[in-house]
Amino acid sequence: MSKKKSKARMATASALISRTIRYMLHYYKFQFLLVVLCILITAIATVVGATFPQTLIDDYITPMIESGSTDFSGLASDLVRLACIMALGVVTAFTYNRIMVNVSQGTMRHLRDDLFAKMESLPIKYFDTHAHGDIMSVYTNDVDTLRQLLSQSIPQIINSVITMVATFITMIILNPALTVISLLTAAVMLWVTSKFSKLSGRYYVHQQQDLGAVDGFIEEMLDGQKVVKVFCHEEAAKEDFHKVNEKLRNSTTKANSYANLLMPVNANIGWVSYALVAIVGAILGINELAGVTIGTVVTFVGLNRSFTNPITQVSQQVNFVVNAAAGAQRVFELMDQTPEVDNGYVELVNAIEDENGKITESPTRTNLWAWKHPHKASGTVTYTKLEGGVVLDHVDFGYNEDKMVLHDISLYAKPGQKIAFVGATGAGKTTITNLINRFYDIADGKIRYDGININKIKKADLRRSLGIVLQDTHLFTGTVMDNIRYGKLDATDEDCIKAAKLANADSFIRRLPDGYQTMLTGDGANLSQGQRQLLAIARAAVADPPALILDEATSSIDTHTEKLVQDGMDALMKGRTTFVIAHRLSTVKNSDCIIVMEQGRIIERGTHDELIAAKGKYYQLYTGNFAA
Amino acid sequence: MRKILQQLKQYKRDTFLCIGMTTLEVIMEILMPFVTAIIIDQGLQASNLPVVYQYGILIVVMALLSLCFGALAGKASASAAAGLSANLREAIYAKIQTFSFSNIDKFSVPGLVTRMTTDITNVQNAYMMIIRVAVRAPLNLIFSFLMCLFINVQLSLMFLMAAAFLIIVIGAIMVVTLKIFNEVFHRYDDLNASVQENVTAIRVVKAFVREDYENKKFSKASQVLYKLFVKAEGLLAFNNPAMMVAVYFCIISVSWFGAQFIVGGTLTTGDLTSLFSYIMALLMSLMMLSMIVVMISMSMASIRRISEVLGEIPDLKEPEHPVEQVADGSIDFNHVNFAYNQGSGKYALSDIDLHINSGETIGVIGGTGSGKSSLVNLICRLYDVNDGSVCVGGVDVRQYDTEVLRNQVSVVLQKNTLFSGSILDNLRWGNPDATEEECVEACKAACADEFIDRMPKGYRTKIERGGSNVSGGQKQRLCIARALLKKPKILILDDSTSAVDTATDAKIREAFAQKIPGTTKIIIAQRISSVENADRILVMDDGKVNAFDTHENLLKTNPIYQEIYQAQIKGGGDFDQPA
Repeated sequence: MSKKKSKARMATASALISRTIRYMLHYYKFQFLLVVLCILITAIATVVGATFPQTLIDDYITPMIESGSTDFSGLASDLVRLACIMALGVVTAFTYNRIMVNVSQGTMRHLRDDLFAKMESLPIKYFDTHAHGDIMSVYTNDVDTLRQLLSQSIPQIINSVITMVATFITMIILNPALTVISLLTAAVMLWVTSKFSKLSGRYYVHQQQDLGAVDGFIEEMLDGQKVVKVFCHEEAAKEDFHKVNEKLRNSTTKANSYANLLMPVNANIGWVSYALVAIVGAILGINELAGVTIGTVVTFVGLNRSFTNPITQVSQQVNFVVNAAAGAQRVFELMDQTPEVDNGYVELVNAIEDENGKITESPTRTNLWAWKHPHKASGTVTYTKLEGGVVLDHVDFGYNEDKMVLHDISLYAKPGQKIAFVGATGAGKTTITNLINRFYDIADGKIRYDGININKIKKADLRRSLGIVLQDTHLFTGTVMDNIRYGKLDATDEDCIKAAKLANADSFIRRLPDGYQTMLTGDGANLSQGQRQLLAIARAAVADPPALILDEATSSIDTHTEKLVQDGMDALMKGRTTFVIAHRLSTVKNSDCIIVMEQGRIIERGTHDELIAAKGKYYQLYTGNFAA
Repeated sequence: MRKILQQLKQYKRDTFLCIGMTTLEVIMEILMPFVTAIIIDQGLQASNLPVVYQYGILIVVMALLSLCFGALAGKASASAAAGLSANLREAIYAKIQTFSFSNIDKFSVPGLVTRMTTDITNVQNAYMMIIRVAVRAPLNLIFSFLMCLFINVQLSLMFLMAAAFLIIVIGAIMVVTLKIFNEVFHRYDDLNASVQENVTAIRVVKAFVREDYENKKFSKASQVLYKLFVKAEGLLAFNNPAMMVAVYFCIISVSWFGAQFIVGGTLTTGDLTSLFSYIMALLMSLMMLSMIVVMISMSMASIRRISEVLGEIPDLKEPEHPVEQVADGSIDFNHVNFAYNQGSGKYALSDIDLHINSGETIGVIGGTGSGKSSLVNLICRLYDVNDGSVCVGGVDVRQYDTEVLRNQVSVVLQKNTLFSGSILDNLRWGNPDATEEECVEACKAACADEFIDRMPKGYRTKIERGGSNVSGGQKQRLCIARALLKKPKILILDDSTSAVDTATDAKIREAFAQKIPGTTKIIIAQRISSVENADRILVMDDGKVNAFDTHENLLKTNPIYQEIYQAQIKGGGDFDQPA
């Protein structure tokens, strides 16, 4: 059972490595071919250099001593020839080393870019279910293991294999009988190597897991470092860290111990093989069997060493290769994630409306947008004006299939209307807004945007038509201006400043050390919570979408600032469909419709006055009577 | 470098064991060629089978011995290197615990994470390499060179020349690459920071359909990294060819001069053969040395980055004779100036002079960025003042043992965090020895018990990382309960009930008044209703104290307070309800 398992693991390890190599070849086929060629030439130069002493003694020194000649011209020309071959070897060695730098680093770059692009394409659910530290660890630790593999191990292995083959051919030509001994030794070495790498491979997998755990621990704790300090929890945190750290130390020690065994074991098997060749060779030579002469034995013991040395060298790399396989597993796991599915075919296009109210597509930028809706059956295309009307029709939804959190939600928002959601945390207000922009897909029912089922709309276009200010504000490294421009990449500085003024962010931005050019780092750590939210509002304002989703965006802004924001937001909301999840009456009161939610259901709806008159839940909330 | 090695501690033994065993292994390896020489000269060439048998077996025995030494060395080196890296991680982690926030900001969280993972792994691999190979290579080198000198002095000069050439070339490469690698790791941090940003802000990216934009941004950064890496490793690519040049030079010159010496009668054929085998030995040990050079040059940058953290001097210094007792809950700000960035000249707080009596309830209100949070961060000494002083219980906070101070000053932070673990685990951060009853008691006071009771596993419900499975209001109440468990002399709520509905907010404040009357309470809030019953209310504006008086007086005299009050009364209230 365990044997089967480890076999499977080896199989996946080699599959992972070959996938990594295929990935590299995809981008660098030609370069890699050149590298192999250069390594071949280098290896030949090395073998020629190594066997030259034999020629020197047999062809020059011995005959010259015997003949007493002092004419070194033959040797000189031979040496010049040798020097040329060697020079060629040096050049090719440099060439392949240099190309390999581009190949391995280029592959790393492609890998990082691909990983990142893949990550960006994943559905929100992936980020809900994977610890951020684990995702980060793929970029830092796992990609690094592949760098080692590509830049060091692979060239080394190719080099060793070529040297082995060259030596092997020489050996066969010299004496097949003695070659058998070398082959046997090599077989033993390979068996030992695979045995040990299996063992260390198992622990390398543990090591990478433990490393991920350490990574996650550090990140979580450092993110909450203020809390750690305030509670004087430093010692306890150190203790907890000690535990995960010890685990990592253990698995690392084990993995490396087995890997470290390889080199001495193989090197010494090499020596044993040397002794065997000497003994057998001597027996054969002295008895003049199998065409063995003393000369062949002397040469052969030397060759035997150059045959087994590469195995030792390769086995040194095994440790890196196994490590890389563990890294590759996690890298490709992320690469193989299914991206967000988008079957939408309805697009958002610039449009012009003629005097009859007929809408057609415009190639240039107009201020009018329309949904371009191709109909497969009839082969026609219709255009619907982008207005921002949203309808939810008997919608059910659950994050897991077996646990629904929204039940039978129906509501409509006519273009330009303001819909407010009110209700307890966890009642499902945020969830509804996440469905409209398709962060999650609904289980049952329909959501229509301007009368079109949102499943038919391309996600990018749908989201572009919806502005959003999320509960948690996230900013990006860059200037304040960059962060506002995030809403609309081609916005001019004036547009951004206008949006900031609308969100009443302008005055605090101007008070920052470098105004709009102030650099923000670490998710806007140098700003207060309220300031960050003002920026998020400005960011949404610059995008100028027909529909807006505001999720508790004003909860951390002080009343004074909120008043300013409110005025700005009111101006912004004018003429736009707005879904707002609000806490305060000022936000809710002038809504066209207030939806009161409880445990995933709509329990009341209507305007402020209607709901007050109904004396239901809303009335209780409003009057502060919580008896119910 | 020394700082790193200091962390070896209990793994010094393994290091020495490894070096010792490697030395023995090298001795075996050096002896084995002698024995093989005997086999060839006395056995094979003399056609003497018994000699071949005897020495053949001797080689096998020596090989086995060498294998044992090698295996032990390998194991010891693995244990020493893993131990070193574990100790390093722990040392860094412990160091971070002494850091102030400006220290942490300097390195950034992703920067610290890379240091504790990638950098330490680099050091670990390099260290393992060094203690195994750094003993072997020089021993081989010295021995081979001695043998060369012994055989022929003139020819060994060739080795010297080759060695000098190598040292100069590799040394120069190393100096230059080190610089580049430093830059590389810097960029690496930036790249990782942008990944992290995207992971946490993925909803924003998706909501604005900025996937392509982010891809391009990332691709640009990774392009820069690629270029730097190619620059650094492109230089390292000279190492191997330089080695080959040196070795080939030796082979050719020894062949040429050797042949002449032999024909001239000053050298024997056997000597020449030995010389060639020593060239090979030299080649091997130099190869190893160059590998170490690569390893060290790559880990040098890591070593420096780790040392940076270990050598960083924490901003907040512990006093020499710390005060171990907090007398009471009185707080005094004596003309305090404070800036987050020293030298920027922009004070977050300027000339704050406040005196709060023990047991008072103080409300704090003011606009975004008016300095409310900065003010309370100074009380529990998360930061130090630039001028003036902050006193708790009549003693300057810088005189206290930090732990004593923070145990008595309990802060519920604005940006609060729960940690993965059960609710009880999280509560016990406040007091590790708290019984379950005490925890329940604290939760009741914080109005958290009602929702905890409704959870399937009650107090044993697992909180996910960052508290992602509880709502904002629930999180805030748990954080308050956690702070209450400390039984502090001063309790500070930094906008900690913003996501809690007004009624519950009132209930919590009522519980405070009844259960912990002697505790000084500072409540920062946005809502007037949260502070109007306080003994006195502090109105902050632009880092300065605008007013400090009772609700009634402020309503009469303070325009900022009046404005806030009017805005909220008109607004009517708040729409959250108990969850």
